[in-house]
Amino acid sequence: MAAAVKAAPTREEALVEFLLRLGDNTLILGHRVSEWCGHAPVLEEDIALANTGLDLIGQTQLWLGLAGEVEGKGRTADSLAFLRDVWDFRNILLVELPNGDFGRTLMRQFLFDAWHVLMLGRLTESADARIAEIAHKAGKEAAYHLDRSSDLVIGLGDGTDESRRRMQEALDYLWPYVGEPFMPDAVDQLMAAEGVAPDPASLRQEYDATLRRVLGEATLTIPQDPFAQLGGKTGVRHSEHLGHLLTEMQWLQRAYPGASW
Amino acid sequence: MYAQMVKSTGQGVKPREEMSPQERAFQDRIDADQKIEPKDWMPDAYRKTLIRQIGQHAHSEIVGQLPEGNWITRAPTLERKAILLAKVQDEAGHGLYLYCAAETLGVSRDELTQDLLSGRMKYSSIFNYPTLTWADMGAVGWLVDGAAIMNQVPLQRTSYGPYSRAMIRICKEESFHQRQGYDIMMKMANGSDAQKKMAQDALNRFWYPSLMMFGPSDKESVHSAQSMAWKIKINTNDELRQKFVDQTVPQAELLGLSIPDPDLRWNEERGHYDFSEPDWTEFFDVLRGAGPCNTDRMAARRNAWDDGAWFRDGLMAHAEKKRARAAAAKTAAE
Ligand SMILES: [Fe+2]
Ligand SMILES: [Fe+2]
Repeated sequence: MAAAVKAAPTREEALVEFLLRLGDNTLILGHRVSEWCGHAPVLEEDIALANTGLDLIGQTQLWLGLAGEVEGKGRTADSLAFLRDVWDFRNILLVELPNGDFGRTLMRQFLFDAWHVLMLGRLTESADARIAEIAHKAGKEAAYHLDRSSDLVIGLGDGTDESRRRMQEALDYLWPYVGEPFMPDAVDQLMAAEGVAPDPASLRQEYDATLRRVLGEATLTIPQDPFAQLGGKTGVRHSEHLGHLLTEMQWLQRAYPGASW
Repeated sequence: MYAQMVKSTGQGVKPREEMSPQERAFQDRIDADQKIEPKDWMPDAYRKTLIRQIGQHAHSEIVGQLPEGNWITRAPTLERKAILLAKVQDEAGHGLYLYCAAETLGVSRDELTQDLLSGRMKYSSIFNYPTLTWADMGAVGWLVDGAAIMNQVPLQRTSYGPYSRAMIRICKEESFHQRQGYDIMMKMANGSDAQKKMAQDALNRFWYPSLMMFGPSDKESVHSAQSMAWKIKINTNDELRQKFVDQTVPQAELLGLSIPDPDLRWNEERGHYDFSEPDWTEFFDVLRGAGPCNTDRMAARRNAWDDGAWFRDGLMAHAEKKRARAAAAKTAAE
């Protein structure tokens, strides 16, 4: 916790922290998505979700790989993914929430994709060329994810009464987790000042426009409560769910330390 | 195999003199290695047998996602996780190609799915075995995909065009899967003591179930004889099993693992390995639903289908609304 609330991180510390946030988001969401494998409602969705999962795992390797490199302590993408405990994770709370039904999984994906596309778009102009390069590649994938998740949210919102009810429930449940990525802290401020990343708050207006367009077409009601649950991206207070996810994901590495797979 | 004990007419090969002129012309085309295409005339029994075979094969790909899906969330590295996820995704894709091939014979994917879920149609016995350690991901790729390739490579030449083309696409990916599986085994067999133990244990558990994949001896089976005359089955089960054993034994030696068969030895005279038959009682138990995982596998598929009903209905309703709106807009514009 000390590191997370430290008033003035150095540029290097902030950069590592920022990269962990990007990589942990894709790691944890990719993991959640992969939990569906073989259990989706139609074969095409099994295939599409696997694609999304694969893109996110690939992005994780790049972001966490770079985080380890910048940190310079010999940690790799794998050691960062498999050997840190809950308090060292920097993903937003939204992505660690359990899948719920397929509707909640899709709504979570849409709410994430809509932010991810904007963030990556801005990161292509990062002062750090390595970040710009990854963002360029990841941005194309994220744009495709957003197209898909938007279409599905619209189709299910404006589908049957039951599918609309489920999508509205999903949106209401996830709403308190929507605000977190837009809340700046010392890390974000430093990254913005250095031209590495945008001020996260500056993405909100465009994000809300995407939500109004897609959720409007989906005939869903956007909740008005601006309250945001925080604590994921700073690592200060994750949900109870993350520990269980890590227990499963990290088990082999923890049970057989040092083995090569 | 992925399609085990597929029944054909049940009457053996129809003698040429009993064939109608149409049937004779059909058999001549097959004998001349011409492909039969969906619009061509074909005997009813040919169509029915193919639907059973392709359907069973498709179901095997779908249920086959589950034993490996069981380890995706526990894969030990990011790369292994990506490779496994991509592999299971390929299997779903194989299911899709095969359902499409079956649809050209006049049966829908939904009908076939209902037949799977009701238990009227089967899937390969192999997917009713549990995957218990990470080494099982190696063993499944190496042995199960390996056995699948044995059967599917000849099927690339099968008489039915859409099935043959599906097999050509699928085989490319299967050989990739087998190499990846073998690579995991290699890593484990050369790893720590615990990893070696996992590798040997995986081979012990998957060896006989893999041999069962080819089905019991069908030298005297009337179904097989007819299917072979139609070229929807190319080799006998025993031929394929022998080929599989001959190919796999040296691979196991390279890994430093031992095949769990005390009677396995090279037979100089035959130019093949002699080996023990699997326990066919166990095979028939698994087929009738009493394998270690039958209940769980079917429950997983039924849940996916039942829990997904609202999703499928929702999207259908949306497509219908969109169509109606487009039609209304068109009328308004006119
Ligand atoms: Fe396959
Ligand atoms: Fe395969």
